Amino acid sequence: MAGCDRMGRSTHSMDKSITLPPDEIFRNLENAKRFAIDIGGSLTKLAYYSTVQHKVAKVRSFDHSVKETEDDPVYEISVQEEIIARLHFIKFENAYIETCLDFIKDHLVNTETKVIKATGGGAHKFRDLIERKLKLKVDKEDEMTCLIKGCNFVLRNIPHEAFVYVKHADSEFRFQNTQPDIFPYLLVNIGSGVSIVKVESEDKFERIGGSSIGGGTFWGLGALLTKTKRFDELLQLASRGQHTSVDMLVKDIYGGSYGSLGLTGDLIASSFGKSATADNEFSKEDMAKSLLHMISNDIGQLACLYAKLHNLSRVYFGGFFIRGHPVTMHTITYSINFFTKGEVQALFLRHEGYLGAIGAFLKGAEEDNPNQYSWGENYAGSSGLMSVSPDLNPMQRARSGTFDMLEMDRLERKLVNLHLLQDPSSYIPDTVDLTEDAHAREYWLFCFEEALDGVVKRAVASQPDLPQASERAEKFRQKYLHKLQTLRHQPFAYGSLTVRSLLDTREHCLNEFNFPDPYSKIKQRENDAALKYYQKVVKSLEKLSWEQRQFTLVKGLLAGNVFDWGAKAVSDVLESDPEFGFEEAKRQLQERPWLVDCLDQWIERLKGPPHTCALFFVDNSGIDIILGVFPFVRELLCRGTEVVLASNSGPALNDVTNNELQILTERIAAMDTIIQTAIREDRLTLVQSGSSSPCLDLSRLDKVLATVARERHTDLVIIEGMGRAIHTNYYAMLTCESLKLAVIKNSWLAERLGGKIFSVVFKYEQASKTQDGHQ
Amino acid sequence: MELNGYHDQDETTCETEGEETGALKQSRTSRKETAASFRTGAGMENVAAGASAPSERRASSTVARQRIDSLKKNRPPFPWFGMDIGGTLVKLVYFEPKDITAEEEQEEVENLKSIRRYLTSNVAYGSTGIRDVHLELKDLTLCGRTGNLHFIRFPTQDLPVFLQMGRDKHFSSLHTTLCATGGGAYKFEPDFRKMADLQLLKLDELDCLIRGVLYIDSVVSSGPSECYYFENPTDPDRCVQKSYTLENPYPLLLVNIGSGVSILAVYSKDNYKRVTGTSLGGGTFLGLCCLLTGCSTFEEALEMASQGESTRVDKLVREIYGGDYERFGLPGWAVASSFGNMMCKEKRESISKEDLARATLVTITNNIGSITRMCALNENIERVVFVGNFLRVNTLSMKLLAYAMDYWSKGQLKALFLQHEGYFGAVGALLELLHPS
Repeated sequence: MAGCDRMGRSTHSMDKSITLPPDEIFRNLENAKRFAIDIGGSLTKLAYYSTVQHKVAKVRSFDHSVKETEDDPVYEISVQEEIIARLHFIKFENAYIETCLDFIKDHLVNTETKVIKATGGGAHKFRDLIERKLKLKVDKEDEMTCLIKGCNFVLRNIPHEAFVYVKHADSEFRFQNTQPDIFPYLLVNIGSGVSIVKVESEDKFERIGGSSIGGGTFWGLGALLTKTKRFDELLQLASRGQHTSVDMLVKDIYGGSYGSLGLTGDLIASSFGKSATADNEFSKEDMAKSLLHMISNDIGQLACLYAKLHNLSRVYFGGFFIRGHPVTMHTITYSINFFTKGEVQALFLRHEGYLGAIGAFLKGAEEDNPNQYSWGENYAGSSGLMSVSPDLNPMQRARSGTFDMLEMDRLERKLVNLHLLQDPSSYIPDTVDLTEDAHAREYWLFCFEEALDGVVKRAVASQPDLPQASERAEKFRQKYLHKLQTLRHQPFAYGSLTVRSLLDTREHCLNEFNFPDPYSKIKQRENDAALKYYQKVVKSLEKLSWEQRQFTLVKGLLAGNVFDWGAKAVSDVLESDPEFGFEEAKRQLQERPWLVDCLDQWIERLKGPPHTCALFFVDNSGIDIILGVFPFVRELLCRGTEVVLASNSGPALNDVTNNELQILTERIAAMDTIIQTAIREDRLTLVQSGSSSPCLDLSRLDKVLATVARERHTDLVIIEGMGRAIHTNYYAMLTCESLKLAVIKNSWLAERLGGKIFSVVFKYEQASKTQDGHQ
Repeated sequence: MELNGYHDQDETTCETEGEETGALKQSRTSRKETAASFRTGAGMENVAAGASAPSERRASSTVARQRIDSLKKNRPPFPWFGMDIGGTLVKLVYFEPKDITAEEEQEEVENLKSIRRYLTSNVAYGSTGIRDVHLELKDLTLCGRTGNLHFIRFPTQDLPVFLQMGRDKHFSSLHTTLCATGGGAYKFEPDFRKMADLQLLKLDELDCLIRGVLYIDSVVSSGPSECYYFENPTDPDRCVQKSYTLENPYPLLLVNIGSGVSILAVYSKDNYKRVTGTSLGGGTFLGLCCLLTGCSTFEEALEMASQGESTRVDKLVREIYGGDYERFGLPGWAVASSFGNMMCKEKRESISKEDLARATLVTITNNIGSITRMCALNENIERVVFVGNFLRVNTLSMKLLAYAMDYWSKGQLKALFLQHEGYFGAVGALLELLHPS
């Protein structure tokens, strides 16, 4: 419905001149199963569902009953092909539609689908073209329904989807947490007109109002006033203009403010009021600015009135008037802030442009029940939020790329909140928001860039027998380097930038180029070596007095965490003589008092009644899990505490995966009757976290894990390692006791926390309810 | 406004009989007992409705006499003006006493006479000043004096001419207090002092507005009713203007459409709040019309609007959905996007200035209607009174507002209008002069 200018423009001039790079866009098209398309006034958004074959590392236990020699590894590693489901969204200008359709036609080989779901005002116009080119029947879906469906989907599945826009802040984008309950909310869609929709649940929404003064008014009236034809150009004019020469302000009437009503002098009393009383000429820029203010304020005011009437505090704005344009986001934000006296914040969405396409797709995929799964944004395959630094022309941001992409992976497991979070709605996993902390951002981006060579080497080394490993590794390097460069200029590209997101992006990029587990061999070796010393460690612990043992167990946990695979000298020691390495690590530990030292409180606590159930988020393979975690777990079990060990579903660095942990536990159980009995009696349980990240998001955990934790009445949560306990969750507030422990193996971070490298954090906290009071 | 037609007549009768009870009905509107005793106190035959005990009556009549005496004493000297200096227009009300005794006339200074003659013998002043003769209130009793209330307006940009005139006519020698409201009272105060040697008594515009509305509604009895509405607003053929009597006006949403718009919720005569406002008002209509059509006056813009067709400029629901958007109860004729058709070059070239003027009027008016309706819902008020000079000779907008209120509220909301549209602030200022609150 938006504008015949753009739509009417011939699609023949440009479309033949571009060649599409199939590596980058329309990926996995050959396996596309289902299509949806949303054609707006100027942009087309195509959605397709496809399967991606990629490699995964699997471990399998050898049959030890047959024979067992000292040198055989405990398990074998194999790389298998796995098929995962992925949603692809691609956005391009309507001008390219024909080229794109041709491209799709040529690459579409495996599809069985006969229909393409379509929405948007342009769906009708291009219907024949689509049907002719793709030989698919165009099935039109209601625009608003698609929009809402898409909105629900992104709000639920994409962390940091919504943001607040702050024009002059260091970081213009303030991303919001994913809310445990996204409903109810108000969606204000500003297309050519305005629709105000109240969304109460997945299937219940109502258009409660609207306004005819919208994007079309800005465009139409703006074109008349300024003789400027394009919407973007009008915004550009507006961003340069001064509305005060056209608008009548309160001070123009009062000479100052209208104090008794609290109306400041700069407030607009009458939009375009000066053009009625003066004969002078007005500049295009000034008129465009005045128009922009008039329309934004009006929409903001109505949105506030509706929000108030329906008692809603979450108000999202979308539509082509908003779509990533800093100018309109700013004026709308200003208006909402003014009319609600700061009580309501205008919220915007990173993937707002895709909502219709996502919704149309979901309509078509209802039989696959896509809402029963959790989905994750794939950082490797998605373009970030388009933007450049504000000092550049703000208009060039939105149109800097011809193609814009979003990829979402269907996750194997449904993800939910940990019920023990004190306040799920305010839980922020990440300790430092690098979007806001420029100094930290600088450091970590540098750090990740510097570490890239090592990662590439390890990736190549992990696949000595697979073809083109070095070529793929090089591609990985280029891709990740490019992501880092993008993030340097646009830290907000994928939501809040955090150490976690940098790590996750790296994992996504590694997977993209079929390096599912670069550490697999290292982990295998280390696990083998550590297992040999398990019994010895347990025996030596048994000799200690109770109090000494508790201290040594904690030291063991920390020691396992000391060495990182980044430290070459250390890894050599570990491989040749793990026992020596373990003892050496204990010696290397910082002397007490530690940087954060709650050991005394912890031991005091252990003198009390045992915990019912401990949920333990484990970290590294090898010494850490086998010589650090298991003896500690053993002690808990002996106290009468049930233990749930949570490990990653997929590989990340040298973290132990659920798959590996199962084999390791079997082997330990064979050596240790306490562990064996506990497993048999179901007092020791292994669960997967649902994640493949070195960090931990307690609001997105495997549903089985969450259920087990709840059913076992978990009253102690143990989080181990830098990624899970420092970069994330350091400030997480739980409703039960918790232990957060790690050795800070990065001098910059240690300094940040007020310590030195190898500083120890041993944080024991009571249920946060009791900590609320000032003790 | 608390009074219904019956009481209204009753009391006005009493005023027109030459009672010196003062026209400050506000004090009476809320207390009928006092009003009744005023009558008795003035020595009329005991026809008063209230059957008060004789002793009480005597007591109250004494009080009343004292009040009359004090009224005389406190009565400000002529001339009596009330002024409202808005962003676009200056509104001036002038009380012309018709009960001047010969003795009084002899005492009168020449300046005073000349001002009276100038204002009452002309209907236009200079090139832009206009007296709205049809709004004149005759035989009105104010502060014990009977006379006519005149309603005069001129553009705010001509204020210097007005001040020059005041200086030429030695207005300052009359030692009158000039009560003024509106933003201009603040902005131009130094000019009044410097150019015309006049001291302004500045008054809050919303206080004055409400006072003015309540007063005018209460005194007008003869001629067309002050308050009116449109019957059958959704049916153009049967839509007719009807007079309306506000029996119990509160709570009331008062929408003042001047250059900008203020929306007030009025709960009693001195309990009100400004709910919100919008900058899309009369100034926006005229400003945009000037830019789009090259016109230069409100009348011109309205004239063009009356001949245009907004549907050529606006994009309607049916142009997008082919008919009604039934899923959301949007009729096909509703505007989906104001000026939405103007996104298209061909359509921009095919429309007339009249169409643009009409579309501007419709856009601004409907938007005011929309915001008003939301305020009414939020404040839980069903009666809406629209005032302000945007509505002057603007039946188009009034009917649109009446329609919008009725249609979108499914008949729940009633749009009311007042004859003296834009003058209430000025009237309120005059009342403040006569009866400081």
